[in-house]
Amino acid sequence: MVKKIDMVRWWACALTVLCGASMPAAAQDFKMAMSSPPTSMDPHFQNITTNANVIEHMFEPLVRRDENGKFVAGLAESWTLVNGLTWEFKIRKGAKFSDGSLVTADDVVYSLDRPATIKNSPSSFNLFTKAIINKKAVDANTVRLTTGQPSPLLPSDLINLIIVSKKATEGLASDDFASGKGMVGSGPYKFVRFLRDDRVELERNDNYNGPNKSPWATVTIRFISNPSTRLAALLSGDVQAIENVPTPDIERVRKDPNLNLVTKTSERMVFLFADWRDKSPFVTDKSGAVLPKNPLKDVRVRHALSMAINRDAIKDRVMEGLSEPTENLAIPGSSGYNTALKTQKFDAEGAKKLLATAGYPDGFGLTVHGPNNRLVNDEKVAQTIAQMFTRVGIDSKVETMPMAVYGPRGAKNEFSVALIAWGGSNDLTSPMRALIACEDPAKGLGVVNWSKYCNPKVDEILSKALVTMDDAARSKMLQEAAALMSNDVALIPLYFQVSAWAVKKTISYTGRGDERTYAYNFKPR
Amino acid sequence: MIAFVVRRVWQSVFVLLLMSLLVFVGIYAIGNPVDLLISPEATQAERIATAASFGLDKPMWEQYFLFLRNALAGDLGRSFAYSTPALLLILQRMPATLELAFAATLISIVVGVPLGLWAGLRRNGFVGKAIMGFSVLGFSLPTFWVGLMLIMLFSVYLGWLPSSGRGQTALLLGVPVSFLTLDGLKHLLLPAFNLALFNIALVIRLTHSGTQEAMLQDYVKFARAKGLSNARVIGVHVLKNILIPIVTVIALQFGALIAFAIVTESIFAWPGMGKLIIDSIRVLDRPVVVAYLLMTTTLFIVLNLVVDILYSLLDPRVRLSDAKG
Repeated sequence: MVKKIDMVRWWACALTVLCGASMPAAAQDFKMAMSSPPTSMDPHFQNITTNANVIEHMFEPLVRRDENGKFVAGLAESWTLVNGLTWEFKIRKGAKFSDGSLVTADDVVYSLDRPATIKNSPSSFNLFTKAIINKKAVDANTVRLTTGQPSPLLPSDLINLIIVSKKATEGLASDDFASGKGMVGSGPYKFVRFLRDDRVELERNDNYNGPNKSPWATVTIRFISNPSTRLAALLSGDVQAIENVPTPDIERVRKDPNLNLVTKTSERMVFLFADWRDKSPFVTDKSGAVLPKNPLKDVRVRHALSMAINRDAIKDRVMEGLSEPTENLAIPGSSGYNTALKTQKFDAEGAKKLLATAGYPDGFGLTVHGPNNRLVNDEKVAQTIAQMFTRVGIDSKVETMPMAVYGPRGAKNEFSVALIAWGGSNDLTSPMRALIACEDPAKGLGVVNWSKYCNPKVDEILSKALVTMDDAARSKMLQEAAALMSNDVALIPLYFQVSAWAVKKTISYTGRGDERTYAYNFKPR
Repeated sequence: MIAFVVRRVWQSVFVLLLMSLLVFVGIYAIGNPVDLLISPEATQAERIATAASFGLDKPMWEQYFLFLRNALAGDLGRSFAYSTPALLLILQRMPATLELAFAATLISIVVGVPLGLWAGLRRNGFVGKAIMGFSVLGFSLPTFWVGLMLIMLFSVYLGWLPSSGRGQTALLLGVPVSFLTLDGLKHLLLPAFNLALFNIALVIRLTHSGTQEAMLQDYVKFARAKGLSNARVIGVHVLKNILIPIVTVIALQFGALIAFAIVTESIFAWPGMGKLIIDSIRVLDRPVVVAYLLMTTTLFIVLNLVVDILYSLLDPRVRLSDAKG
């Protein structure tokens, strides 16, 4: 009998040893899980973060940003302003594509021309190239770009534009890239395989001579959209790191001795639009009839709404710490960030008093609208805010819907108070142009201005800032605009989302603020 | 029989036409996909140009007419989000979903029929009662919850099976399938079982009640009187007679498995058609949604037809000409 048990033990032991031996060399392979798959492998097909995140493993833009949003060298090692309208970019010395050929100025010019030729792009990169009226390859390593009017944002726009190999991609359609054709880049990884909706497999690009060398020989990026499954993949050891840790599991990951939680404040700013029109569809009296005069147009009422929101409570109770309350629309350190603006303190009594002086001592009725599949905990945040409004006398209902319904309705200005976010840029002119500028479709201003806010003074500063090349002067102008917008309560800023990653203890990682996750930022300890 | 098939096809065309019109109008009413796909920083001119490249600038009836004309030529349009022909997108993901559905069907037969027989023959025994209890659970537990529990148990705690994804595939007649590799099989097992759970319960119940009924029939008494072995009585005579409702249900459920694999696919990150349709609805990618629904509708129609024909083969009393409508 004793012998039998010994045998069982021995077999179990032998099996585990075997299992251990058949495991891949752990330090060489890295697997991580992202939440959304890319729609295409063509770097110029669609301007969307999920595509860029994967593609930027294999390709480089001229200019990149570091984890805090500062500009750093990409494929261009330096760039200078030659005159008021012309920028000169120097390609990194010895930079090669993964097929071994040198990156030339011709490839850069070709790559800047290519977005305009892409057929049926759902979101074109034209946006970033249309300011350039002349592109010139001065020599093999130098490119000069001339814009029609002074364009301080050109380097920032070029972050989004990937440089591809002319030889490898000429004549290819966007669909061809998925099979690996044209996947010849100058980035730290080489393309191996793309299985739609499932995974992208990469290997180290030995021709890469930039600063982001991969510590891993092979990398697998899996796409697991269900947050619980994503976490389970990490817990079961199928992957070594995941992005977007679901908030209910944050505590669990923090306590797990085998995992590290890495967080970083992102550039995604969550806010409320408050309707600026004379009459608003969801602002009613207590019986539900639409008010003849929109109280939200009164700056005191808007201020009261902002005061009624307890941003710290949202951070602690709803977001599990994954939010950073703010009054600024741009991230700290960016041009236009105004240190004098303090986050609105929660003050229910103050809000009630303000409402009373504005002529609404008993409040009014309101519906808060929000998406339910776009932002982290969007539905819960909308409900919490509605409760906080109700507490100061504004009887608030909540209605949330999928983004597919919410987005188009918002674009038609159908809401009174709407929860949404803006992200992806570290320059204040970006949210100002889209969310705050008076609507002027021809100029591309106020394209997402759901509240119809319009302040000519703010617009004037914006149009000046867009053509001011001097950084200090520009920053000063934008700070002034930030103060003006805060005074008007142009938007009701809530918080910056905080991105969260969960990583195996054996791996170190620094998070980025631009919602990108690069495999080379993960390093074996 | 030919008249029957022709009449069915004629009706089906009408159903497909009506369905495409409904989806078209429905998605048109929700809003403009360009608003969801394009960068929020894009100017009005770029929005208009993008809408025009998708043909969304034309009036609704004209868009529908164009769609019909192209559809008759076999072209269901290009996806807005991927710019790939919608049909191709669906066909690329079809093997994964079909494989999952076949595996689930197989599991539900292999597990369901023997368990149902057992429960039907020993309905007062403990095992019989336990099996019936399990079938109630199979009916009532929500798929997404069971899926997560399976992952927690078999991947996270026991570490026996991978938690999600499709694993290694091998080519079978040019189609990538995962049941030919060990890694692929391991990945297939949990999602297939999760998808099969409802059907296992269904098959158990059907076999159970069928067996109970059949055991009281005269032909069983006669077979026993003839001195046939118990195995032959049950395995041949009883089983053959209770097969009709089981075949119907399994065939019809096969369509449901494909159409509703969505939940299992998203829980297990299985790269099939269900995930595609969810993503497409999210961005109002009309060509893909319409093509997918046309395809599933066709599938249901064909399955129904096949079931009717199989009926007539299994049971000589059924005449196809009787089954009008």
